[in-house]
Amino acid sequence: MTETLLDANELVLNMGPQHPSTHGVLRVVLKLDGEKVTGTDCIIGYLHRGVEKIGENRTYAMFAPYVDRMDYLAAVSNGLGYCLAVEKLLNVTAPPRAQTVRVILAELNRIASHLFWLGTHALDIGAMTPLFYTLREREEVLKIFENYCGARITTHAFRIGGLYYEVYDGFEAQVLAFCEMFERRVDEYETMLTENRIWVDRLLGVGILTAADCLELGVTGPMIRASGVAWDLRKAQPYSGYEQYDFDIPTRTNGDTYDRYMVRIAEMRQSVRIIRQAAKNIPEGPQMAKVPKVIKPPVGEVYVSVEAPKGELGYFLVSDGTITPYRVRVRPPSFVNLQALDRMARGALIADVVAIIGTIDIVLGEVDR
Amino acid sequence: MTFLRKILLGDLWQGLKLTFRTQAPKNIYTEQYPAERPKVAERFRGAPRLNINPTNGETLCISCDLCAIVCPEKLIKVTSVRNPETRRKDLVNFTYDLSRCMFCGLCEDACPVDALELTQDFELAGYSREGAIWDRQMLEEGPHPQRFV
Ligand code: SF4
Ligand code: SF4
Repeated sequence: MTETLLDANELVLNMGPQHPSTHGVLRVVLKLDGEKVTGTDCIIGYLHRGVEKIGENRTYAMFAPYVDRMDYLAAVSNGLGYCLAVEKLLNVTAPPRAQTVRVILAELNRIASHLFWLGTHALDIGAMTPLFYTLREREEVLKIFENYCGARITTHAFRIGGLYYEVYDGFEAQVLAFCEMFERRVDEYETMLTENRIWVDRLLGVGILTAADCLELGVTGPMIRASGVAWDLRKAQPYSGYEQYDFDIPTRTNGDTYDRYMVRIAEMRQSVRIIRQAAKNIPEGPQMAKVPKVIKPPVGEVYVSVEAPKGELGYFLVSDGTITPYRVRVRPPSFVNLQALDRMARGALIADVVAIIGTIDIVLGEVDR
Repeated sequence: MTFLRKILLGDLWQGLKLTFRTQAPKNIYTEQYPAERPKVAERFRGAPRLNINPTNGETLCISCDLCAIVCPEKLIKVTSVRNPETRRKDLVNFTYDLSRCMFCGLCEDACPVDALELTQDFELAGYSREGAIWDRQMLEEGPHPQRFV
């Protein structure tokens, strides 16, 4: 914003940090020409907690609960990525039973995250009802988490090397019952939104991002898939046994807000498919690999990334052979995806900025860390 | 067909039908919290408790300090004295700063004798930061939340 001298027609407007549609404490400085957006500038950092630095001051096992607090809507995926990174550093793999339970919980978490996105995004656009329905279904997922590990949001469900908690009696039945119920519920969301003329008018052709833009900006997750690139780390570099499951990568071609909605809806259905396959045969056996009590990985560095609900979530860990990491770096999907905001919002109307911020699906805890 | 549908607001009626169906009393999902206390899961990680041996009323804690070491927030303080007769450590005080706890459960996992446990109590609001620092007595008795309903 510094380089320009404002001309008389230009108006600068601060959106946020206290704005209900910025999904947290994001501040967007909008340059406006009438109703038209001519430029945006994101100011972030209001929720900065120094997670990476905390990681460098904690032992490997102690840092695990903190990663849940980055993307608090997808705490399980965060924990999974971190555990996989440390396991790679230690050169151990979690036993098959642990991997399967991890997949189930991570996919449930993907559903929960998408549900929250759908509810709040619809609320931003002006459809209030879907929020109540999506939160109702998300509650069922949170109940499964609560039964499994005792916490609903910041779960700390996995430990380095596998699982700490045994699955409880009736876990499979509860998960499968959820799948059964949930598929019908996705149809209900579609009944309400997919053909709704207001919804279509507000989303179709808004915030177009081409595949080339996505690749250039490093955008991942549902956003790149809506632009026609079938890039999904679960297929591209399978982890935690994802290669065993049969699922598709939903893609669309237009790369607008409506397509991103359709991709996320389709992803929820695919997640149900994966959960069904996994929950039907959870292998018997140990659930914890042999991991020393005091984790002291050899000197080295790893980068491990997982497909979190919002995109590629990567952990870069450098070990100097002591009990604490030398460097922790997190590649959060929301942070990278947020960069696409400027490109999508330029030339749009000011009312569409709300839709565009919503469609990125950011969590400010993860953007700022 | 689609034209007719458009004129007759077919897409909107479809959504409205769903909305009204959900209003049937059997579909109400809201919890009436203070009036009805929800039942949390068995493994719920809530208020901490220091367990005592039910037969003789002594504490189970052996003052090994493992929970304090493993806690990422370093909020547990265990004080003990060595008993010259039994050569064991006797617990003197145990403070637990709930205001900093993130209920991750690492301390509970680390305890070798299941003395420290995170229980199903979830009503932990207080009026001061000092009130959130629990001592041994408080940890053994558990919280006494005031009920207003
Ligand atoms: S639950 Fe976690 S943060 Fe709280 S006292 Fe135990 S180890 Fe520390
Ligand atoms: S780990 Fe258990 S036994 Fe050891 S000091 Fe803590 S509460 Fe007491």
